[in-house]
Amino acid sequence: MTPQIEVENLRKTFRIAEPTHGTLGAIKGLVSRKYRTHNALNGISFSLQKGELVGYIGPNGAGKSTTVKILSGILVPESGRCKVMGLVPWEDRKKYVRKIGVVFGQRTQLWWDLPVMESFELLKNIYSIPSHAFKVRMDEMIHLMEIEPLLGTPVRQLSLGQRMRCDLVASLLHNPEILFLDEPTIGLDALSKQSLRNFVLRINRDNGVTVILTTHDMDDIEALCQRVIVIGGGCILSDGTLTQLRKRVAQEKWMIVELQESVDFPLPEGSRLLRNEGKQYWIEFDPDVLPVTEIISCIASRTTLVDILIQDPPIEEIIAHIYREIPNVSQ
Amino acid sequence: MQYKASFCLLTFGQFLTTGLEFIAVIALFHRFGSIQGWSLSQVALLYGIVGSSFAVADATCRGFDKFSDIVKRGDFDRYLLRPYSTALQVASYEVQLLRIGRLLQAGIVLIWAVWHLNLNIWDIALVGMMLVGTTCTFAGLLILSATLTFYTVNTPEIVNALTYGGVETASFPLSIYPGWLIILFTWVVPLAFSGYYPVKSMIKSGHLNYLSYVMPLGGILFLVLSLVIWSIGEKHYASTGS
Repeated sequence: MTPQIEVENLRKTFRIAEPTHGTLGAIKGLVSRKYRTHNALNGISFSLQKGELVGYIGPNGAGKSTTVKILSGILVPESGRCKVMGLVPWEDRKKYVRKIGVVFGQRTQLWWDLPVMESFELLKNIYSIPSHAFKVRMDEMIHLMEIEPLLGTPVRQLSLGQRMRCDLVASLLHNPEILFLDEPTIGLDALSKQSLRNFVLRINRDNGVTVILTTHDMDDIEALCQRVIVIGGGCILSDGTLTQLRKRVAQEKWMIVELQESVDFPLPEGSRLLRNEGKQYWIEFDPDVLPVTEIISCIASRTTLVDILIQDPPIEEIIAHIYREIPNVSQ
Repeated sequence: MQYKASFCLLTFGQFLTTGLEFIAVIALFHRFGSIQGWSLSQVALLYGIVGSSFAVADATCRGFDKFSDIVKRGDFDRYLLRPYSTALQVASYEVQLLRIGRLLQAGIVLIWAVWHLNLNIWDIALVGMMLVGTTCTFAGLLILSATLTFYTVNTPEIVNALTYGGVETASFPLSIYPGWLIILFTWVVPLAFSGYYPVKSMIKSGHLNYLSYVMPLGGILFLVLSLVIWSIGEKHYASTGS
C-alpha cells in the first residue's frame, strides 16, 4: 500500500532580521540590515499510512508547527518532496485543503464575533457541504462533543475548552481524510483534555481519519498515539512506538520504596538514588544488570520495607532525556 | 451597518471633502478659463472617471490596504486553509461602504460632464470602458502594494504615493506634468491608458480611433499581472511563530 503522506528531505529556513538598538540603530536598519538564517527544518523524512494516529513531539522551536504548516499547504519549503494523497499541498492548495482538517490550539479558525452555529453554517457554504450530509454530521458531533448549549454563543465569549471543542468540530465538518492538530490540549483542564482525547480517538478509529498531533502533554501521547515522531533542531530524532522509544533511551526502571523510618542505606552497584521525600525513596536501576532482590535485601538489612512499587520511568523523563541530547544545529 | 447615523455623517463628510476639492478646480477655471486648452467640462470628464473608479476599487479592495494587519495577526494562515483564491478572500475582508460619498461626488461630476459635452452613444461606451480600465488599474496597485507584505511585513509608504498620488495626478490632463511623471503614470502604472489618452482622443481630435477602445484594456492587463505577482509572492509567505 502506498503511504498516504510521504515527506522526503524537507527543508525550511527563515530569515530573521537582527534587531537594532536605539534611534541610531533604527536609522541604520533602514539602510542595511543584518540577517541570520534559522534552519527550522533540516531535512525531515517520514511516511504515514492511512488511519495512523501519530504524535509529533519536540521542544519549543523544534519545527513542529513548521512541519504542520507545510503539510497543510500554508508554507512552502525550500527543498524536499512532499506528497499527500497524491497532491503537493502548496501547489494544489485549493483542491488539497478540502481533504484535510486543521486545528491550531493557539488560534481559532472560527469567526470571532459570530455565534458558533453561524460559523458552522459559513463553513458549510465554504466547503459546499450538502445540507443532508451536514445535518447528519452536525447531529453526530454535537452529541459527541456536547456543544449543543454553545451553538448560540459568540465565539469570543467561549471558554478555552469550549472553543477548542467547537474548533475541532469545525475542522471535521467537511469530512477530511487527514486531521492536523497543533497543540490542541494547550491550556485545557483535565476534563476538557479527556473529552478531546476520546473524541480524537473515536474519529480516528470509527471514521478512519489519519491524525497528526503535536503536543507538549505526554499524557496526550500515552492516551492516543501508536506511533511517536520526536523532532529536535529541525531533525527527526526518533520514530517508532512508545515502547521502542523507551527502550532506545534507557533500560532503567524506577523502584519507589516506602520505609518505616528514613535512614541512609548503601545501594548496590548499578542503581542510584533519584529522590527522597521523607520515608519515600526513588531508586533508578537497570533490571538486566541488577536483580530487584539484591536492592531489596540491601535495604532490608537496615530497616523494614513498608511499600514497594516498580515502574517504567514516566514518559516525561524519557522525552526530556532525548531533548537534552539534541545537538544545537539550528544556528 | 450597525451605526446608521455615523455612517451617514461619514459618507456626507467624504462627499463634502472631495466636493470641495472640485470646487477649487472650478474656481481655478473661472480665473484662467482653460488649462492647456482643456475646458472645465473636459477636465471634469477625466476627473469623474478617475474619481469614481478609485472609489469603487478602494471600496472593494480594502482588505489589501489592511493586508499587513491580516498577516501580523496571523489570520492569513486561515485564508490559506480555505479552498478559495486568497486574493478573493482578502478582497472580501471588508467592503468599505464609506466610499459611497466619494463615488457620489465623482459620479455627479462625471454625469454633468457627459451631459455638458453632448457625448454620443459610442463615446459613452468608451467612458464605460475607461471606468473598467481605471478601476482595474487601481485594484492592481492595491494588490501589488499588499504583495510587498510577503517580503517586508510592512507596506512601504511609497506605494501609497502611487495609489493616492495616482488619483490626484490622473484626474487632470497629464500634459501639465513634468516628463518623468508622465512616463511613470503611462508605462509603470498604466493609468493614462484608461484615462488621459482616450479622453484626449475623444474630445481633442473630435473623432475616435480604434486605439482608444483598446487602450483601457491596459488596466485589465495590469490587474491580471498584479494577480500573477500576488500568487508568486504568496509562496514567500512566512507565517508567524506559534
